[in-house]
Amino acid sequence: MAEGKVDPVHQFTIEPLFGTDHWSIAGYNVMFTNSALWMAITAVVLIVFVAGGAKRAVVPGRWQMAVEGFTGFVDNLLKSNIGEAGRKYLPYIFSLFMFILFANLLGLLPLALVGLHPFTATSHFTVTGVLAVMSFAIVLIVGFAKHKLHFFSLFVPHGTPVPMIPIIFPIELISFMVRPFSLGLRLFVAMMAGHVLLEVLSGFVISGTNAGALTFGIAALPSFLLMIGICALELLVAGIQAYVFALLTCVYLNDAENLH
Amino acid sequence: MPQIAQLATTYSSQVFWLLVCFGLVFFVVGLGLLPKVTSTVDLRDKQIADDLAAAEAARAAADAEEEAWKVTAARQRAEAQAVIAQAKADAAKSTEAALAVASAKVDETLAAAEARIGAARNAALGEIEAVAADAAQDIVSRLAGISVPAEQAQAAVKGVLAHG
Repeated sequence: MAEGKVDPVHQFTIEPLFGTDHWSIAGYNVMFTNSALWMAITAVVLIVFVAGGAKRAVVPGRWQMAVEGFTGFVDNLLKSNIGEAGRKYLPYIFSLFMFILFANLLGLLPLALVGLHPFTATSHFTVTGVLAVMSFAIVLIVGFAKHKLHFFSLFVPHGTPVPMIPIIFPIELISFMVRPFSLGLRLFVAMMAGHVLLEVLSGFVISGTNAGALTFGIAALPSFLLMIGICALELLVAGIQAYVFALLTCVYLNDAENLH
Repeated sequence: MPQIAQLATTYSSQVFWLLVCFGLVFFVVGLGLLPKVTSTVDLRDKQIADDLAAAEAARAAADAEEEAWKVTAARQRAEAQAVIAQAKADAAKSTEAALAVASAKVDETLAAAEARIGAARNAALGEIEAVAADAAQDIVSRLAGISVPAEQAQAAVKGVLAHG
């Protein structure tokens, strides 16, 4: 690192903090890692944030306005995608959206300035995959509980000619089964790509500055200016990816709730 | 890529701690705190809707009040007009009666005056005849030296007067 050598994926390394060897449940190791620590921090910050807004004042203060803004946003998301029946999914979708959003944003904090290493839990597909599988499982449970085996008609779009059904059905089935993968991978890839890009650019800044005034001018300085822009972009991506995850979960839930 | 390189050793820990943290968020935030927030929002929305409805009702009541007031005002105006018309009619009638009485009195006075005038003229005419007869008698006696009896003089004067 001192020679300007930056490993762009080092930031995603999971480092066990404690419980490495003897913390296990049913033979599976459940050591407490930096990833677990940041997920715990996300949970605590999120709980504090929402608790601060649950003051039940009829005339809300700023904090309460912020929390009510988020709940109203998710509520509208559900209402516009599922309708009035969507209200019962609000606790899950709100938790999902806020957890992803806070995890994304906390991972972007410039804590390295004070010697801490922020870790973005959502840049690991083991994490996003579990969230995606959870959403997909809820879709399946709701779909089959509400429509029984009739839920399979989801794979035959309205107005499909009968001879086309044998072809359409597998295509629709595959596109349905791919959903949890696309859902989980999209978030993981977006978060990882942004962090790698920032790390690569910061590598340019360090090596360019170390190599002299000329490389500082043509490589380090432009990279640094680009980083400033990309940091802003990453904040946007953090919000958008949380929104997309929640939105697609709503769209999939709509299929299960209101079968065409 | 640590995500793949460390997959085998860390996946169970990742999944476990995600479920713990997300479960904590879901139960504390989603099921515990969120209903408080949404119920506050719903309560406020309901209160605003109720206030708006009350304002709307008050407006409707005011409109109805105004309408009733207009009806009352129109009725009272009509009543006032009727009273005025009645008063006018009464006044006209009494004026008419007073005029009739007055004109009757005037007519009576006029008739009496005319009668008096007629009587006075007749009396005056009679006097003139007598004076004219005297004058004629006198003139005749002076001019012709003839004494004309009074009856003859009178007859002559009558005849002249009658012929104009």
